[in-house]
Amino acid sequence: MMRSTLTRKITAKLVTKASGISLLAENGAKYLSTRALIVAEHLQGLEDASTMTSSCSSKRHSRKTEQLPKTHTVPSLKQSSLDSPPSVTYTGGAEMPITSKLRIYTKEELPTGGTWPVFRLMDENGKFRDSSCDGYATTVRTAESSPSDTPANGENGPPSGEDPRHNLDLLRSDLEHEYIHDVHIQNEISRNSLLHYNSREYADTKSTNTLLRAFTHMIRLRQMDKILQNAQRQGRISFYMTCRGEEAIHIGTAASLKEQDTIFAQYREAGLLMWRGFTMTQFMDQCFSNSSDLGRGRQMPVHYGSRALNYHTISSPLGTQLPHAVGAAYRLKLQHDDAVSVCLFGDGCASVTDFHSALNFAATLRAPVVFICRNNGYAISTPVTDQYVGDGIVSRAYGYGMAGLRVDGNDIFAMTAAIREARAYALKEQKPILVEAMTYRQGHHSTSDDSTRYRDSQEVQQVSVHADPVQRLQHFLTSSSSSAAADGDTQSFLTRNEITSIKDEEKMEVLKCIQSAETKGKPDIKYLFEDVYHEMSPHLIEQQEQLHEHMEKYPDRYLP
Amino acid sequence: RTFGKDRVFNTPLSENGIAGFAIGYAAMGGTAIAEIQFADYLFPAFDQIVNEAAKFRYRSGNQWNCGGVTIRAPCGAVGHGGHYHSQSPEAYFAHTPGLVVAMPRGPKAAKGLLLRSIRSKDPVIFLEPKALYRAAVEEVPEGDYEIPLGEAEVLREGSDVTVVGWGGQLNVLAKACDLAFEKDGIQCELIDLQTLLPWDVETVERSVNKTGKLVVSHEAPITCGFGAEVTAKIQERCFLSLEAPIQRVCGYDTPFPLVFEKYYIPDEFKNLEAIRKAVDFSQ
Repeated sequence: MMRSTLTRKITAKLVTKASGISLLAENGAKYLSTRALIVAEHLQGLEDASTMTSSCSSKRHSRKTEQLPKTHTVPSLKQSSLDSPPSVTYTGGAEMPITSKLRIYTKEELPTGGTWPVFRLMDENGKFRDSSCDGYATTVRTAESSPSDTPANGENGPPSGEDPRHNLDLLRSDLEHEYIHDVHIQNEISRNSLLHYNSREYADTKSTNTLLRAFTHMIRLRQMDKILQNAQRQGRISFYMTCRGEEAIHIGTAASLKEQDTIFAQYREAGLLMWRGFTMTQFMDQCFSNSSDLGRGRQMPVHYGSRALNYHTISSPLGTQLPHAVGAAYRLKLQHDDAVSVCLFGDGCASVTDFHSALNFAATLRAPVVFICRNNGYAISTPVTDQYVGDGIVSRAYGYGMAGLRVDGNDIFAMTAAIREARAYALKEQKPILVEAMTYRQGHHSTSDDSTRYRDSQEVQQVSVHADPVQRLQHFLTSSSSSAAADGDTQSFLTRNEITSIKDEEKMEVLKCIQSAETKGKPDIKYLFEDVYHEMSPHLIEQQEQLHEHMEKYPDRYLP
Repeated sequence: RTFGKDRVFNTPLSENGIAGFAIGYAAMGGTAIAEIQFADYLFPAFDQIVNEAAKFRYRSGNQWNCGGVTIRAPCGAVGHGGHYHSQSPEAYFAHTPGLVVAMPRGPKAAKGLLLRSIRSKDPVIFLEPKALYRAAVEEVPEGDYEIPLGEAEVLREGSDVTVVGWGGQLNVLAKACDLAFEKDGIQCELIDLQTLLPWDVETVERSVNKTGKLVVSHEAPITCGFGAEVTAKIQERCFLSLEAPIQRVCGYDTPFPLVFEKYYIPDEFKNLEAIRKAVDFSQ
């Protein structure tokens, strides 16, 4: 059989290359564990790649080889030769097996093999996985969410006048047909909310088409980031942080939450706010600290917050939001609200004191929180290899007696499914869950950071081309659907031209909003003293008067 | 028993967790009363209190607030507490805009101030002088009553010197005032600040304008203690009325010592001397 020949060939290579795998002593094939097989296939794939350094994934297994760079192994490079790779390697060489079966692990049962598997549905090439290639097989798929969480087929139907190529019902049935041999991929296709019309028209796109909106939002977010980053470089705003590379986490998560779910974020989660309805103008108002800013210009740019959209105003200190999310969840529980609290944070933040307190509290007090860790490989300049030595963040869930799930953060379909299930779990069990979304921070930490100083720009380049969430969805949208192919007429969901015009439209909108945000005046000086307390105290009134008197003496010195 | 295990409960041992949890609960509209075993252990929660609770309303543009938070902690000397069971950390928190800091002098004030603090729409740090838990005996009205925050109370009137304190120190100051009257016929006006942030400047100002002399006393170390704030503010407001330098009678600038406690604390005799010094200076 093909596989055993491959195995024997690899065995020989492994024995010489990867001396760490001592189990390859005698009869190579017999001693190969599933893990080694994964490594074998991956290494084999990597052998063929001319631009790849095979050192990355073998780092874990052969410490005696040459000094290895801490690079992100571009997992997608071998998509062509391995359509559905069995594993993916992240920053620092952490290799994780991929599974296409979503399973929430509770303390009663842990994933076997030592590394939590990454749940993924759509591969880098935009196609749904061939689950027989999974590097991690689990037989049981927990269906935490109830049938009522899944949009019913054909419930809403396409908006009138919609281009038939954008028809989600048709797309869904085409895909179900295409993946007819894979029952559980089929299942997921039929359940995934991105492939269903929304029950109500989205205010910004004036349509119920969820998939189109999701893609549009990812583009919108990316354009906003690009332009506002430039605005900072031009001195028009003081500071900015981009989320390039994490768009699928934002939109996928937001699409699976309900409006009554309260969100506590860190600072790189703008897409969730965007999906909920924060307008481009509102984003700009905050970044320009103008008179329309909901926060009254009190905080640095990107410190968004919206009571109306159930998104708590973020603060700069890392991790402080985690215990808040737990307290909030507890309140929701006592109030018997059909809601969870959702808490987002990065890999660096997961080292902070509040992380540990929060997880322990959530588990012990049984609070329905969905903790979502965006593991993007870096905490400013600290790569994950300097942040922890355990198996990422999700492995800590077990220690706290909590459920956990690891997901490919660059796969928007997997993210949507994962958060749907996580939310359902938290709500039903009234217990917390820790979701670790694997991704990569393509941009600098902030405009005060120059990441070329601590990482290879090659690495970033590779990722932006081969492991980018927007690209991945774009591949999906531009590949032909099978029914259309049957007609001999390739019709993809979106054409390249359509995508270009979406990008252009979003860019124009961003530029328009910047202009108006910039020309609005600054907030009134009274906002300096208000809201410190519910009611202004005498000492603040006195100080306010002092400032006014002073300003009257120097009318030109303190212009806004 | 009254409210159920889901409303009154133990948490894992983490002050930052407790404080953060309370903030999150209050942010969603709940009333959260967090108890910290000793004020000395507030420090792990300092980030949550100062960076989060205090700024929650302001930074959100008044969209969100955590006014439902009240953090209670026992403070002050108890005779055998040493470094970590005797501290009076009010100054750290009084230095944080957005917080309310209150300290009752006895059971009756404790009930009224605490009820007001719980109902306050701002986060309150409620420090309870632990020496009073067992020692203080007072008539406490049974019904619901509140003592307003931000208001000082004049406990006794006098025309010679204003004596200001808070919490358990008022008992010490009362004794000092008694001694001053018995021995030297000095009539002291004794004021309990009750709330340290925001504090009732007007009441103290009015008093010092009348007496021309001020003695402030607290257990906490003298340097940058809250007495410094009172002193600075009053000299600014009452400069021309003052007949003597303002006296501060406080703990020394050392960690709170165990075996040396009786030397360390600003007792009634040290306060008597300060009262005398102020009066003598003015004559």
